[in-house]
Amino acid sequence: MAFLDIRGITKRFGNLDVLKGIDIAVEAGAFLVLVGPSGCGKSTLLNVIAGLDQMTEGEIHINDTCVNTLHPSKRDIAMVFQSYALYPNMTVAQNMAFGLEMRGIAKPARERAVAEVARTLQIEHLLARKPSQLSGGQRQRVAMGRALVRQPQVFLFDEPLSNLDAKLRVEMRTEIKRLHQAMKTTMVYVTHDQIEAMTLATQIAVMKSGEIQQLGTPQEIYTRPANTFVGGFMGSPAMNMITAPIETDAGGAALRLAVEGAGSILLPLGPVQQALAGFTGTSVILGLRPEAITDPDSADRGSRATVSNNCLVEVVEPAGSDTFAVTRLAGVEVIARMRADADVRPGTMAPFTFNMEKAVLFHPETQQRLG
Amino acid sequence: MPASVRTPAEAAGTARFWRTVIYVTLIVFAVMYLLPLFVMVVTSFKSLDEVRDGNMLSPPIRFTVEPWRAAWGTACVGVSCEGIAGFFWNSIKMVVPAVAISTLMGAFNGYVLTKWRFPGHRWIFALMLFGCFIPFQVVLVPTAQVLGMLGIANSTAGLVLVHVAYGLGFTTLFFRNYYEAFPNELTRAAMIDGAGFFQIFWRILLPSSGPIIVVTVIFQFTNIWNDFLFGASFAAGNSAPMTVALNNLVNSSTGVKEYNVHMAAAMIAALPTLLVYVIAGRFFVRGLMAGAVKG
Amino acid sequence: MPRRRRATDRTIGWLQAQLPKLVLSPSLAIVLLFVYGFILWTIVLSFSRSRILPVYTFAGFDAYERLWSLPNWYVALQNLAIFGVLYIGLCTLIGLALAILLDQRIRIEGLLRPIYLYPMALSFVVTGTAWKWFLNPGLGLEKTVRAWGWSDFTFDWLVNPDMAIYTIVIAAIWQSSGFVMAMFLAGLRGIDNELIRAAQIDGASPFKLYWRIIIPQLRPAFLSAVIILAHMAVKSYDLVIALTGGGPGNATELPATFMYSYTFTRNQMAVGGASAVIMLMTIAAIIVPYLYAELRADDRAR
Repeated sequence: MAFLDIRGITKRFGNLDVLKGIDIAVEAGAFLVLVGPSGCGKSTLLNVIAGLDQMTEGEIHINDTCVNTLHPSKRDIAMVFQSYALYPNMTVAQNMAFGLEMRGIAKPARERAVAEVARTLQIEHLLARKPSQLSGGQRQRVAMGRALVRQPQVFLFDEPLSNLDAKLRVEMRTEIKRLHQAMKTTMVYVTHDQIEAMTLATQIAVMKSGEIQQLGTPQEIYTRPANTFVGGFMGSPAMNMITAPIETDAGGAALRLAVEGAGSILLPLGPVQQALAGFTGTSVILGLRPEAITDPDSADRGSRATVSNNCLVEVVEPAGSDTFAVTRLAGVEVIARMRADADVRPGTMAPFTFNMEKAVLFHPETQQRLG
Repeated sequence: MPASVRTPAEAAGTARFWRTVIYVTLIVFAVMYLLPLFVMVVTSFKSLDEVRDGNMLSPPIRFTVEPWRAAWGTACVGVSCEGIAGFFWNSIKMVVPAVAISTLMGAFNGYVLTKWRFPGHRWIFALMLFGCFIPFQVVLVPTAQVLGMLGIANSTAGLVLVHVAYGLGFTTLFFRNYYEAFPNELTRAAMIDGAGFFQIFWRILLPSSGPIIVVTVIFQFTNIWNDFLFGASFAAGNSAPMTVALNNLVNSSTGVKEYNVHMAAAMIAALPTLLVYVIAGRFFVRGLMAGAVKG
Repeated sequence: MPRRRRATDRTIGWLQAQLPKLVLSPSLAIVLLFVYGFILWTIVLSFSRSRILPVYTFAGFDAYERLWSLPNWYVALQNLAIFGVLYIGLCTLIGLALAILLDQRIRIEGLLRPIYLYPMALSFVVTGTAWKWFLNPGLGLEKTVRAWGWSDFTFDWLVNPDMAIYTIVIAAIWQSSGFVMAMFLAGLRGIDNELIRAAQIDGASPFKLYWRIIIPQLRPAFLSAVIILAHMAVKSYDLVIALTGGGPGNATELPATFMYSYTFTRNQMAVGGASAVIMLMTIAAIIVPYLYAELRADDRAR
């Protein structure tokens, strides 16, 4: 049995099913990220794990113990909130020691535990201050310190970085990852930011409308998304989704895409041909990430399935490290990632190279991945 | 000449004229508001002869504190002639417990209604809120009956009970609105930390409740101290509060009307709430506004 | 090995879960009894034969019929109408005017505002006593104005049956208009500045600016003010007793004083009860829709 076992969790609000039968098995020491758009149920699921919300059906097991009926404070968990939830009238030290105080731990032991964690997080100089005197990043660290002091079996994070500015967010993200590597505690992390999900997780659950769309490692989720939603949600800029008819000839199956201002292009499906086994439709949705469409010089030399063609560039977005070029294929806007100094100008034709090894095919009606 | 074509000096002149008008109007109103108080104070320091012969607006020619001393210790209220001192203390004995109890209960109610929601909580709040608005005439007789049954008719304890009962609506309203704005994540974090119902209240919510406690206490103090109806109905005798004694003094004195003593007594009655207003007027206003604008 | 829960654990858990309701119940019980229970009791009394003491024999609408046959009651209602309209109307007008004037970046605002508001801190009995002296026919305002030269000036409203009610209006307005001013001032300050700047760019004169844009934005403040003033008008008792005692004669009788005298001094408890019920219905007709709308808006905003 997994360390944190989430079985068949359903939560109903009157007629509305907020969670529809969630099953996740989390190994000890794993970092599970629940990611999805607002309203997908990820925070609700986290609250159910914590015991702050009750499930309608299902069970949660932590370390072989069913915790369904246990009070949150008895589940041996700790939680870091989006707004940090630091007690405003207490000092940082008192904030961190509060959980221990409630458990009847004696003062000397409390102070030792707080001092140690403060040293790890480098917040010793903040111990006597009140939350209102701290910056956003410092409050974040204190919130984590409060959770750390408890030495719980499971760490829960509810969008802890959402209130920070972009730069701070990146710094704190690295700190959380470092913490996980050092402590090896099981962590469950909720976010709507797919970059956080990709960088922090060992296991990702992509959620939508109360259901898990895909459960897997970041690599799996990224390279083999289970459906168009996952493909489009993870990765930025989003994966290009183009519906195109299948043409079969001597060389095998291929997709014909109309190219704006230059007739059409035939993309051979060689590497992903097996995906079409058993598929009887006449068109599929082609999923190709921006980094798989490049200028010829940046194309992956190891790939044996690249096709180049001139396409009309509609918009150019220089992003510093790369340049994004927008063109139109089969009537759909497609974003390509070119190297920073690529010669592309809006309104002109430029060569685009398509790496079909990275292609993913989706069923045009069910939106599920083929193969 | 069209109005838009004026010299800057002319425009400035008009502006100054209107501003003067505004200032004068405001000051005239200020005088009107202050006048009755001024007259009360001034009259209370005059001898009765001066009061009768002179002008109510003129300051005392011969300043005397006799009226105050008489009001406090020798004026006749009803049958006894021992001044209003005793009744002043009655008011204090009534106000302190009533304010303390109603504030504490209101705080707990606000806490429960916002952080421990259960089905029907909105109805319960509405029920308590409506109680703030009823005309007390409609509960006068039953209250008198029940106080009699409990053996606390005509006593300070009876008044305390009554003021707590009818003050709960307001205190609950104040605390409920205040705690509503208190982030729920704080209670959740405390729950995970293992704090129970009362611990969350004492350790987390109450320490951050300073402002609303002051507002509630001032609001309750002012209302209860200034109340007349309940005092007259339920404690007319020796346990009468200050306001009842004042009214008795002023309205049922036979023979020579000692206006200066009446004014001194009125000042003594007014001083506590006026003092609170002067010191913490900001909170007083907040209480008035909170009672006026719900939600 | 999974941990088994002891029976005491469960009971303690249950008790903890019930704590919120347990804590709320005393207050709820008190309110249910003292407010709703007693209202029902008074309604019962109004349908009984009670005179000096409560008598629980059903008497149908006797008390109500008697009530509506008493000329005193009509005097009380008429006075309430006069008082109510003038009190609410003038308080609102004066409050609004003062608020608008004070909002014009007046340097002494910090001094003036507390002066307008302080009467609210006084008991109505103190207010009544002060104004009783101020308007004293022989020694008060009349004497002062005469001393200033207008030797024909008379101000005997206090003892004039036709004019006495207006003395109550004056004293009540003096007490409450500051509060109304505070409400409007807060409302004015809450108006988005950008709205005003846009109107000024559109070329609105100061008068138009106030009349067409700002004052309509004050609708919530107007509503609150009127509701609270109406509520205070119906309840007015302390002020009347202190200022005129209901007189001269019954010239300043109001429903509140009517109820008190008929219940306690004229030994007509049922009639007094009936008048109290009418008072409640009047207030409820104003307050209940207001509370309902407020709580619903609260809901929707969530």
